[in-house]
Amino acid sequence: MPTAWLVVFVLAVSAIGYIAGRRRALNSAGGDSRALHSLPVYYGFNVALSALVPSLLVLAVWLLAQPMLVENRVSGMIPAEAIPESSTLGLVMSDVRRVAEGLDIAVQQGALSEQEARAIRADVTDVRARLGDLGVALGSDVRSEVLSAAQRYRQITATGHLLMTLVVAALTLGGLGFAYARTNKDFRARNVVERGVLALLILAASLAILTTIGIVLSMLFETVNFFRLHSWTDFFFGSTWAPNFRGDSELSILPLLWGTLYISFIALLVAVPVGLFAAVYLSEYAHGHVRAFAKPLLEILAGIPTIVYGLFALLTVGPALVRVFGRGSEGLLGVDWMSGATSVLTAGVVMGIMLIPFVSSLSDDIINAVPQAMRDGSLGLGATRSETIRQVVLPAALPGIVGAILLAASRAIGETMIVVMGAGAIAKFSLNPLESMTTITTRIVSQLTGDTDFASPETLVAFALGITLFVLTLGLNVLALYIVRKYREQYE
Amino acid sequence: MYDTAKTESALDQTETKISARNVQVYYGDTHAIKDVNVEIEDKTVTAFIGPSGCGKSTFLRCLNRMNDTIDICRVTGDILLDGEDIYDPKVDPVQLRAKVGMVFQKPNPFPKSIYDNIAYGPRIHGLARNKAELDEIVEKSLRRGAIWDEVKDRLDAPGTGLSGGQQQRLCIARAIATEPEVLLMDEPCSALDPIATAQVEELIDELRQSYSVVIVTHSMQQAARVSQKTAFFHLGHLVEYGETGQIFTNPEDPRTESYITGRIG
Repeated sequence: MPTAWLVVFVLAVSAIGYIAGRRRALNSAGGDSRALHSLPVYYGFNVALSALVPSLLVLAVWLLAQPMLVENRVSGMIPAEAIPESSTLGLVMSDVRRVAEGLDIAVQQGALSEQEARAIRADVTDVRARLGDLGVALGSDVRSEVLSAAQRYRQITATGHLLMTLVVAALTLGGLGFAYARTNKDFRARNVVERGVLALLILAASLAILTTIGIVLSMLFETVNFFRLHSWTDFFFGSTWAPNFRGDSELSILPLLWGTLYISFIALLVAVPVGLFAAVYLSEYAHGHVRAFAKPLLEILAGIPTIVYGLFALLTVGPALVRVFGRGSEGLLGVDWMSGATSVLTAGVVMGIMLIPFVSSLSDDIINAVPQAMRDGSLGLGATRSETIRQVVLPAALPGIVGAILLAASRAIGETMIVVMGAGAIAKFSLNPLESMTTITTRIVSQLTGDTDFASPETLVAFALGITLFVLTLGLNVLALYIVRKYREQYE
Repeated sequence: MYDTAKTESALDQTETKISARNVQVYYGDTHAIKDVNVEIEDKTVTAFIGPSGCGKSTFLRCLNRMNDTIDICRVTGDILLDGEDIYDPKVDPVQLRAKVGMVFQKPNPFPKSIYDNIAYGPRIHGLARNKAELDEIVEKSLRRGAIWDEVKDRLDAPGTGLSGGQQQRLCIARAIATEPEVLLMDEPCSALDPIATAQVEELIDELRQSYSVVIVTHSMQQAARVSQKTAFFHLGHLVEYGETGQIFTNPEDPRTESYITGRIG
């Protein structure tokens, strides 16, 4: 029975439980819902949730754990000498899984009977050819150890599956029975359901946190692997980024960090003044209808996918900049400072445009949070509107605005698509904004795309880069949130 | 008490500072102030009393054109300050507000130092030629705001760190620093405790020596204590205007009497 049917069964039982629980509660009160402790729906939900939640939880855990356990049991069957030179246990195990899947398919399509699949022997049948006929391609001939491991794999999996079905079904019916038995007019179903909802909320919250921790840990382990293969002094203090697969790569983060910070700086140079002025106009000067029209329009910018900004950088901004700063005598300035469309300036300007709504929207909220009393006080002293904004509103909003800018900066540092397409791929230290440069994020992308070998420092460096980036943006975010929160307290 | 107030105001030279004629105020379609005529005298404390929503604050805000900052607000009729129409297109509302200072219901010191709070107006209007003059203005204003002794040692401390009563006196000192001719106060004591209220009331009485003070208040006791003239507003109408003693002891209009004795409000 496929797992989907099991889920349908659980859901159907819960639905029946809902109706049954509700009816039983009403019957126990003699049909008068006023005599019940809780509303009738709560009795229904109590029974339904009791049937649903434990069985689904067990199902989820089982589905995650079973492959791992099976793998463990089966991999013990493969003797060390059966692992060929230049291969690993992991590779052999993937062969085993593939053969097992192939046998499953064969049985499903009727090419083999269940008994045949169990009894098939590598020294008698050409398993590779038979499975190949069914569309399951295998890389090499199937050795008998692999085949027997695959057969064992199938067997354990099938047993586990049967066991899982039984346990889940039993839990569903048991939960239903238990909750149904408890249902009577004095049972506090509302409180129980509410505790269940609370548990659900806690589960959701902890899932988000646990995921973050999981991400950090997985990055951390790979980073540790990287530093086993590559010296950390070169990574943090070296000056060259030159990965090659000959084994003498220089992998230093500094040129990439420089590119990242330089591009982010230019992006902020564009985004902060424009965004801030837009926010001041929208919150202090614009009439209601202009604001109602302009603010959503500005925020649409934030909804554009970054890949579209990347295209804009590559096809519009880059060539335009080349027309101004490049092409020698044909260019607008008659200089030849810029050769290709990808440059720090291209990526920085486009990223700045992307960040404008970010800065303006946050600053607008913060400026609006400055109490009207401050403005009244200043206007009442005979200050003009612009004096009021410059001398009272902006200083009062400053910490919040700084927080907004830091948040924008951490976005800029983590931004990938725009720099992949607009900044180029050359890692170097240079102050010239018209040259191509590269960033941490682009290097992560290029180190991990294509054929990768997760045992070489050239690939693993991506994790070290990733975790450095993570620490950097996390630090900026924490700082920004701290500043914003501190500012909020001032007026509340 | 009423008698002393009356004699005091009689002793002062009374001349009209602000005169309003047929003032109407509309918020969108709402007619908030209807046909108000009033003559506010110089060097006098005038109290506006009346139930909530009767238009007294709205009318007060007309006197320095603070209502200009509200988009849907429309004012018709004449309001003359020293005989000049303040709603004349030639009048710059910013200059007007420097002449007609305002103190708000909730103390609203800027999130700056005490010194900068007071120096704000003089700096904007260029009242001081150098730092020494500015220092002098700040000290004078704080003295007249009756708060100098409490803050003279911590002029660099933020104004928001003072107590409520101190903050309100700071705001009054801030308003005085621009040398206004009229001081408008919109329920200046409603956010203060009784002790701070007493201090502010005492201050208002002193300010009468140099300014025309208009105060909106919910407290009839306060109106009786600090003002020489009282105007009673009800539902957008100016019902009665006269000597404070007269209004409180012998009102002409039955609505005034009902309000003062607590039957409407």
